[in-house]
Amino acid sequence: MNGFRRFAAMAATYGFLGLMAFLSVFPFIWMVLGATNSSIDIIKGKLLPGAAFATNVGNFFTLVNVPLVFWNSAKIAILATVLTLAVSSLAGYGFEMFRSRRRERVYRAMLLTLMIPFAALMIPLFIMMGKAGLINTHLAVVLPSIGSAFVIFYFRQSTKAFPSELRDAAKVDGLKEWQIFLFIYVPVMRSTYAAAFVIVFMTAWNNYLWPLIVLQTNETKTITLVVSSLASAYYPDYGVVMVGTILATLPTLAVFFFMQRQFVQGMLGSVK
Amino acid sequence: MVGARRGIGRYYDVNGWLFVAPALGLIALFMVYPIAWSLWMSFQSGRGMTMKFAGFANIVRLWNDPVFIKALTNTMTYFVVQVPIMILLALILASLLNNPRLVGRGLFRTAIFLPCVSSLVAYSVLFKGMFATDGIVNSTLQAIGLAASPIPWLTHPFWAKVLVILAITWRWTGYNMIFYLAALQNIDKSIYEVARIDGVPAWARFTHITIPLLKPVILFTTVISTIGTLQLFDEVYNLTEGKGGPSNATLTLSLYIYNLTFRFMPNLGYAATVSYVIVVLVALLAFVQFYAARERDR
Repeated sequence: MNGFRRFAAMAATYGFLGLMAFLSVFPFIWMVLGATNSSIDIIKGKLLPGAAFATNVGNFFTLVNVPLVFWNSAKIAILATVLTLAVSSLAGYGFEMFRSRRRERVYRAMLLTLMIPFAALMIPLFIMMGKAGLINTHLAVVLPSIGSAFVIFYFRQSTKAFPSELRDAAKVDGLKEWQIFLFIYVPVMRSTYAAAFVIVFMTAWNNYLWPLIVLQTNETKTITLVVSSLASAYYPDYGVVMVGTILATLPTLAVFFFMQRQFVQGMLGSVK
Repeated sequence: MVGARRGIGRYYDVNGWLFVAPALGLIALFMVYPIAWSLWMSFQSGRGMTMKFAGFANIVRLWNDPVFIKALTNTMTYFVVQVPIMILLALILASLLNNPRLVGRGLFRTAIFLPCVSSLVAYSVLFKGMFATDGIVNSTLQAIGLAASPIPWLTHPFWAKVLVILAITWRWTGYNMIFYLAALQNIDKSIYEVARIDGVPAWARFTHITIPLLKPVILFTTVISTIGTLQLFDEVYNLTEGKGGPSNATLTLSLYIYNLTFRFMPNLGYAATVSYVIVVLVALLAFVQFYAARERDR
């Protein structure tokens, strides 16, 4: 009896996890299958690979200037990620290592900005960018995303695990504060940076609403914007759209698989 | 001696400010200044860039604006239905995957986290195709007898909301699960062993050990999810061609603000007022969530 119950519980666990894993992965499979089928077959829910892959890819490449669009997305995502990591890790380190009552108060006030929804910022930001002559530039997309309370919070939490003996030893050796940060903190906290890289890169690559507002010509648009506009056409060619979604997803998928181990390690460090 | 110590203190303090200055400067310029401006704007009225002081006219207008009321109810519906389902599902998945004897843990974890990798636009587009009237979801549901006729996912007000909720849950459950998994690693496994030996059933171990110990992380993810749901935009925009249809049934506050600013004749003052509704809601809900979490300590 006991054995049966245990078996049933195990079967239920694996059944449930299997179902969840299947539902999580299925849209990706469907996306890949879709890229090989014609638009009509996709809408009818055909679940077998078709023969239209080359046509779809060809159509996508004639409709979209792929290298340019990809370059736009990559430029924005990499610039935003590098700057966000630099600025936020400096701040997280500063708040944790140089504690003072006033900075603690500033830190708490800063955390309140986590609650500010982007919708409440976009109109003033749009006017600001207009006045600065930055509308339709990639700088306008990158600038507002760099100072991120969320990433600073993450770095500060992780810095709590940074051994202060290392800092003391470096000080005895006569290193300046910025040298300690650059040559000791940064290498030691590799996995923290890796996890932050994954999250910030994905956010930047997938960013939609703000680029939709700021980037107005085809020369500056990102892959996300292009896929969205292809899909909202009056008669969208779903085969072409599928090729677009694959191309839009590949970089983040690659970053994730490439850095999965460090990502998990870094996350573990922050929740302690 | 006192002077020297003060010198070290100053050096320490200056360094502290130098490290945090770039971030604070950017946050001040791109967060604090715009949010203050938006507050000022919400007391202005007029078309385009010509605005004049209007007092509380915009706030009064909110009450008489059926589209706003609709967007508000929709947004709150998403929040009330979706956030608890997702958090609970993520917790259950995390505690199942925390079992070290589970075969294929890494595989399950990766699979369930995978949706977080997809862009909001890409997955909305995928869902739109999958949930088309003759699409794969409807034909599957009909084949296994769960639906007699095709469900009008994109054209019926009720089902369109269900679709949005399904979509967000698909995208974000794994994300929350990762936070819980990370936190669970820090819980001593022997607590679970002792409870198991004492014959505490699995569900009771979940409600009496896992949930209380994860409370800080649950609070954090709940607040983050609340903020995310209240600013929902990308999914609805891409599932409904930017309209929030059918007949505003899926319209969110963020989408309404976007429409007020960039689609209709721009009324920036009123749009700013609507955006402040989100600010107030987020602040209020976060406060309630922190308060509820604190109460249970006693």
